[in-house]
Amino acid sequence: MDELLGLLAWGPTGWGDELADGLKITVMLALSTLPFGLVLGFFIALAKNASEPALARAANIYTTIFRGLPELLTLFIVYYGGQIVLQQFVNLFTDTYVEVNSFVAGMVALTLVFSAFASEVFLGALRAIAKGQIEAGMALGLSRWSRMRFVILPQLIRYALPGLSNLWLVLLKDTSLVSIIALNDLLRLTNIAVGATKEPFFFYAVACLLYLTLSLISSIGLGGIERYVNRGEQRGRA
Amino acid sequence: MIIESRSADTALTEVSAVPAQPPRPWNGARITGYVLLVLWGLCGAALIYYLITGFDQDFFTRYAPRLLSGFWVTVQLVTISIVIGGVIAFPVALARISPNRLLSSLAFGYIYLFRGTPLLAQVFLVYYGAGQFRAELESIGLWWFFREAYSCALFTFSLNTSGYQAEILRGAIQSVPRGQWEGAHALGLHNAVTFFKVILPQAFIIALRPLGNEIIFMIKGSAIASIITVFDLMGQTRLAFSRSFEFQVYIWAALIYLFIVEVLRRIWDRLEAVLTKHLKPMS
Repeated sequence: MDELLGLLAWGPTGWGDELADGLKITVMLALSTLPFGLVLGFFIALAKNASEPALARAANIYTTIFRGLPELLTLFIVYYGGQIVLQQFVNLFTDTYVEVNSFVAGMVALTLVFSAFASEVFLGALRAIAKGQIEAGMALGLSRWSRMRFVILPQLIRYALPGLSNLWLVLLKDTSLVSIIALNDLLRLTNIAVGATKEPFFFYAVACLLYLTLSLISSIGLGGIERYVNRGEQRGRA
Repeated sequence: MIIESRSADTALTEVSAVPAQPPRPWNGARITGYVLLVLWGLCGAALIYYLITGFDQDFFTRYAPRLLSGFWVTVQLVTISIVIGGVIAFPVALARISPNRLLSSLAFGYIYLFRGTPLLAQVFLVYYGAGQFRAELESIGLWWFFREAYSCALFTFSLNTSGYQAEILRGAIQSVPRGQWEGAHALGLHNAVTFFKVILPQAFIIALRPLGNEIIFMIKGSAIASIITVFDLMGQTRLAFSRSFEFQVYIWAALIYLFIVEVLRRIWDRLEAVLTKHLKPMS
């Protein structure tokens, strides 16, 4: 057991610092995907909720595609397809070789998937807001922007947060897929450690524990956010 | 007066019941909508053009049967894991809602473990981890099972989906209204009968939709099996790509996956419509 724990030491003898680096990449990838996914998902939800059928249909095509494709396949298509498209574009000007950064490819693919699912959550939340709220905003003479900012958004966050929390946990786990396109995230560094030490069970178990820790910390943080956005809400007397 | 009102009446009856809709204005939303639809159309057209111009008879005859066999492996993998997962999920869900503290926390740990870690890491843990315990597994005669990538994937997927299905089932059972229990007790039914004949059928209807989503997740997740050299649809696709560098094969795979998911979604909608027929208000 001591021998195994020694493998997790910091510095050149152990893999502790490598795993920590990987953990950092994993968290960074998830955190940098989140804002893009949220904003894109929100606009897609607005489009789906629009009274204009053409706009709603265009948005629905987007979700059908990116909710239906396996995340792994989306990642490969973005990574290899992006490579081909980018190369052809660059070849128009010069003939240098370009390579798609795997962090960016991972970010794009995860954003596509996340936004497709987030749009469904936002759509549900938009529909949960009572119509009278918006009408009341109109009656008060609030502009379109003010209605969005002061009437819709605060309630939207409240309704959408449980769904979005789930999506965040899914996102954290989905980042592990980028290890396959050679981004040094937690899982890939674990693979490397396994290759060097021949201790697969131990290292994968450690990686699983680290992912569990991440989701545990997230749950606690999300619980705090949930309490914050619901602070004005009266608790049901159930 | 009377004549006037009569004429007004006849005028009213002449007008059709539904007033004509005003023409929809060309506002920002409509223009954006059409622009986006045209963009999608262009994307689709470009894709079809790409697939047709890049069509290679040799490549097709060589790899199409392989993709098809991969498709069947995917279907098999998902079907078996969902069924086994469902069988395991049932007792786990029961343990989760049991008043016994120990039992329910064990079930919670099980569910949390499989839902909190990436499927890919679980697959690696089982497939490569099992190799480390070869001697032990051989001595209890299970090595033949854990030697194969396919059975390892099957094993991991079953356990993984059992965690998710247990959680779905638990939520569904708990969301059946209390009154149903009380009503059954008032009729003198004892607990087991109440549970199996009254609560469970209603819980299954509540669980139907999330269960459909779980199957779709499993179909998508099963692509991960390709990483440990299972030749499912994704595995065959990756193999074809690594041999030919023909990007088209990924597009074909994407279309097949979209097709599977869409078919399943429609089947599920029909199933739900049929099973909840008795709950629809009569029209």
